[in-house]
Amino acid sequence: MKTRFFNTRLDNPPYIRPYQAYLFILPGLIIYAVFVLWPILNTARYSLYDWTGFSDPVYIGLDNYAELWNDEDFWLALQHNAFFVIFYSILPIMLGLFLTALMTRRPLRGMTLFRTGLFIPQVMSPVVVGIIWRWLFAYDGPINELLLALGLDGWVRPWLGDFTWARYAVGGVGVWVQYGLCMVLFIAGAQSINADLYDAAAVAGANAWQEFRHVTFPGLRQQILVAFVLTFIAALRVFDLVFVLTRGGGPGKETIVTSLLIYQEAFQYNRAGYGAAMALVLTVIIVSVSALVMRLQAREEETP
Amino acid sequence: MIRDRDYQRKQARTGLTYLMLIVFLIGALLPFAGIFLTAFKSSSELAQGPFALPETWHFDNFQKAWDGARFGTYFRSSVIVVVPVVIIATILSTMSGYAFGMIRFWGDNVLLLLIVLGLMVPSEAVIIPLWKLMGTLGLRNSYWALILPQVGLSFAFGTFWMRAHFKSMPTELVDAAVVDGCNVWNVLWRVLFPLSRPALLSLIVLLFMWTWNEFFLVLVMVTGDLRTLPVGLALLRGRYAADVPVMAAAATIVSLPVIVLYFIFQRHFIRGMVSGAIKE
Repeated sequence: MKTRFFNTRLDNPPYIRPYQAYLFILPGLIIYAVFVLWPILNTARYSLYDWTGFSDPVYIGLDNYAELWNDEDFWLALQHNAFFVIFYSILPIMLGLFLTALMTRRPLRGMTLFRTGLFIPQVMSPVVVGIIWRWLFAYDGPINELLLALGLDGWVRPWLGDFTWARYAVGGVGVWVQYGLCMVLFIAGAQSINADLYDAAAVAGANAWQEFRHVTFPGLRQQILVAFVLTFIAALRVFDLVFVLTRGGGPGKETIVTSLLIYQEAFQYNRAGYGAAMALVLTVIIVSVSALVMRLQAREEETP
Repeated sequence: MIRDRDYQRKQARTGLTYLMLIVFLIGALLPFAGIFLTAFKSSSELAQGPFALPETWHFDNFQKAWDGARFGTYFRSSVIVVVPVVIIATILSTMSGYAFGMIRFWGDNVLLLLIVLGLMVPSEAVIIPLWKLMGTLGLRNSYWALILPQVGLSFAFGTFWMRAHFKSMPTELVDAAVVDGCNVWNVLWRVLFPLSRPALLSLIVLLFMWTWNEFFLVLVMVTGDLRTLPVGLALLRGRYAADVPVMAAAATIVSLPVIVLYFIFQRHFIRGMVSGAIKE
């Protein structure tokens, strides 16, 4: 695994001197180190300080983390992030699997068109997505108009302002954004599953569910892991979409998420040290889960 | 008989597949269609339903968004930030991707791991010290505060992406193309660079999209006219915020450049986003 992941070339051709590699990397690395790496380290350092962002930082050890542990808003935000994992990750993956299972594995005409269309929510700015859905969900907006037209007057409500339904409305937008990505991944994966396996399943008299259970699903494990990492990170990082949809976590605190809290603490309430502690916790969660799943994936690759 | 039934089942399955795909395709596109149509309507036409075609196509909504709501200014900021980020990051990551992919040197693994870290960390992990750093450097509320960090973040992905590309190139081919006395700099830019167009194109469109859509960094670092389009749209307040067609026109302005690029280079977008982020 290591040898495959890292550089495998054993010797350099005569026109290369090894020191030249450093010269090629250095310009980018300097910018990366100053504006990415150094700030990461400083986030960890500032999380140990009482610091407004303007004052002189005062070292307070783990006090910020102690406060974090007892901060109801922080737990609430984390809970909402976990809730959004269902809508950003689990549901889109299930939907993608369901649709993939339905499909024939013969290459379909017009597949490029479908792929292109289904993937569009992924490339759009989340702000634009938020603006569009805020309009769709508005009290006098198209969704409520549709409900009225269907005679479901009882369901008409200000979706994003409703204490019970706002979370589900934001989550629903998450499903809409993410399922295309999952589907594109799974369709590509399913087409590379050995056709003999399907023939064997057919000969053995497998029904659709058994075929999915024993052929398609195991064949897509790699893609499911990739989809999970991508969508899980998106669910934990969600910021701009909520910022626009519910104007920053409303109604009340019903849709507050961790990144919004970090922004508020650090840049609105001038508690930069405390915000840094939150940011570090979020980062540790994201990095460890991604690393774990990527290791799983590497192991999968070794044992086909 | 069995053949026949089999065939029919296959036909039925194909039909069902198409039906599902069409339903979901409509689901993906309809919201966008609604907002784009709304951008051409007058306020009084809104009552006729979101997907009714406008009676006459009103371009003055775009005029109002561009001048009145300052989206022309935000557009200018977006271009000023995105162009240098994409150019600088592409050049720098081509160089380092080449070094990691084709040159053997001491410490390559450690350096690569440091750079891969940048692929995983969220912008929340850097934003607070970055804000402080930009203050110290006197760059807060300048385009540099947006360009430099995004070059750094793009460099992490770009290095990873170009390294995978250069590793997949057969070295024999490269060595054979090298004439005597050719130095490593010329090998990269004269020999390899022209051979790398597909990988470079993918990298460029992805970096363009990410930089164009960047929100958090812009929200924190700059105010006023320096804001780029997404932040301008999210923070739109006052008269125009209540004007749905102007809002819709503004959303169209924000998304149009990415959409146009996406329709031209969709293969590159999808390939990069599903394979580039995680897989080698």
